[in-house]
Amino acid sequence: MDFALTDDQVELKQQARAWLGDRFPLERDWQSAEDRWSELVELGWVDVAEAGLGFVEEALLLEELGYACYPGPYLATVGFALPWLSAEQRARVAAGEERWSVDVDGYVPWLSSVDLVVADGGKAFPARGEEVASVDPSRPFGRLEKTDGEPLAGNRNLPRARTASAAEALGVAQRALDLGVEHAKTRVQFDKPIGTYQAVSHPLAQTYTDVELARSLVYWAAWCVAEGDERAPVAAAAAKAFATEAAVTACERSIQVHGGIGFTWEHPLHRFYKRALWLEGFGRRPAELHLEVADTLLT
Amino acid sequence: MDLRDTPEEARFREELRAWVETNLPAEKRGGRGGAQRFEDPFIREWSRKLYEAGYAGLTWPKEYGGAGAPHSFQAILYQELAAAQSPSHVGVIGLSMAGPTIIAHGTEEQKARYLKPILAADEIWCQGFSEPDAGSDLAAVRTKAERRGDAYIVNGQKVWSSFAHIADFCILVTQSDLEAPRYRNLTYLLVDMHAPGVEVRPLRQITGEAEFNEIFFTDVQVPVESRLGEEGEGWQVAMTTLLHERATLGFALTATLDALFGRLLEEARGRELDPRLREALGREWIEVQALRYTNYRALGTYERTRVPGPEGSGVKLRWSEANQRLTRLARELRGPDGILDDGWWNHQQLRSRGNTIEAGTSEVLRNIIAERVLGLPRSR
Repeated sequence: MDFALTDDQVELKQQARAWLGDRFPLERDWQSAEDRWSELVELGWVDVAEAGLGFVEEALLLEELGYACYPGPYLATVGFALPWLSAEQRARVAAGEERWSVDVDGYVPWLSSVDLVVADGGKAFPARGEEVASVDPSRPFGRLEKTDGEPLAGNRNLPRARTASAAEALGVAQRALDLGVEHAKTRVQFDKPIGTYQAVSHPLAQTYTDVELARSLVYWAAWCVAEGDERAPVAAAAAKAFATEAAVTACERSIQVHGGIGFTWEHPLHRFYKRALWLEGFGRRPAELHLEVADTLLT
Repeated sequence: MDLRDTPEEARFREELRAWVETNLPAEKRGGRGGAQRFEDPFIREWSRKLYEAGYAGLTWPKEYGGAGAPHSFQAILYQELAAAQSPSHVGVIGLSMAGPTIIAHGTEEQKARYLKPILAADEIWCQGFSEPDAGSDLAAVRTKAERRGDAYIVNGQKVWSSFAHIADFCILVTQSDLEAPRYRNLTYLLVDMHAPGVEVRPLRQITGEAEFNEIFFTDVQVPVESRLGEEGEGWQVAMTTLLHERATLGFALTATLDALFGRLLEEARGRELDPRLREALGREWIEVQALRYTNYRALGTYERTRVPGPEGSGVKLRWSEANQRLTRLARELRGPDGILDDGWWNHQQLRSRGNTIEAGTSEVLRNIIAERVLGLPRSR
């Protein structure tokens, strides 16, 4: 039993944190759709298998993409669509020539910025259709206009997709915590940093435990997916339920700790909050996942 | 990263499971804890068997009677014993608190004198830290140790001391210097509970049982050789004890919670459950897994760095809350029968209220996380 990141994994995570922090800082043009996809391709993040890496590494990247509130369709292309694709299609993705998304419950995330969409239980369609606003403005949906679909070679991998969402949510939760802690250390009221007051510090401590527990579930699920472990479905359901809920709560507590500034458009916190709400709501929501887990336990 | 047992771990687990199967009678499983932890004479016999089979003090150095095994073996021991709903070793304070502290701070004479009887369950230990006016604020203890020749004369009162009424020794934190500044005024003593002047009074608690005790010390003579660490350094020694209490208990707590959840699931299986209860069941199972894998991550960090990592600091906090929710859920699950005292779940729920108070209140644990892990300014 060894459940610690390897030195290489820690290094990958640190590199991703630094690279994303430089390209996607908190002070950025949040309206910009620039997602630096070609640079992600060069980094080898779009097809980690080519670099001999697996899904645990991909989950670490997704965590960091969440931490940076990255705008591009990485989650859809790599997290959701990849298992459906043939070797040729994957090669085109790896070369940065194609981006994909999937149709879930009639909504296709990033429809207007991808090339192809997986729908109808495993067919490929050109990405065309009407855009629909979502809770996260950087992550709009579309309703797919279906033409004749091409059957796909691969398969659905729901545990993988759920764990990908959970990993991104973990990064969002960590960022909301870090922002809250930073504010509590520097904001002075009644002549003291507000983090001195337990009414402020204790909710942050509780968020810390949420984040650490979420991290354990996400890495567990990622390992199960990577190893094809039989517990992957239930581990992924657990990770998605816990991590997305943790992200939403972390953002809500952080907004409260920030006071008025946390409620403004100017402050970036609401971007993370909306990302968290999106991740919690996309696919199955925590309450549904709890029921799903209960069903596996009771049968 | 590999979440499977190594071949050595798998072999250890298999042997242990077979050993428990042979040695633990069915009627001794599934006890409700509480006062049963010391009332049943079988517990001492069981503790001695664990020792004879080499399962007591697994991670202790070999020279002190331990097995020198990695901490992952200790984790497996907790898991397997909890899964078999085994009673715990009666010397839990000695094994998880007094022993490791003596190993860290004791003289060779003290190690030779105290460690083996702890493992063998020949001598039981209790903890004398909290006082009526010093609970979370340990540095404020008032039990006095006054040096007179080759002995300390101890006077004062301790409280919330589990096992004190059957204990042979006590790890006692005393105030030894009224003039010294805070944190430099304490002395840590190993006190013979059979010495003249020691009086133990059981404290009846919310469950109706008496697991805790008050201990009164009246002119108790404690030889200077029974001091652990230097005079005035009791705070540092006590911190070692608490670190061990909080660092090694994560696996034990989670394993017990896991077994409790299994029992809850048994209750649930035969019943028609509304979606609200099903949802709660799913949620609590997830929390148990989160605690389990957080322990593993903390263990991974510990094995690499030999320092307890920050991951584990929330485990006791979250475990205590989870245990309280779970026992409450068990009452709801039983429907109209939930109002009855069934002799088991009723006890668990009442007992669980102590979980957020004992071994560091949740408020103190949140302070520790805020200050030492998140780096927020001190609140006092």
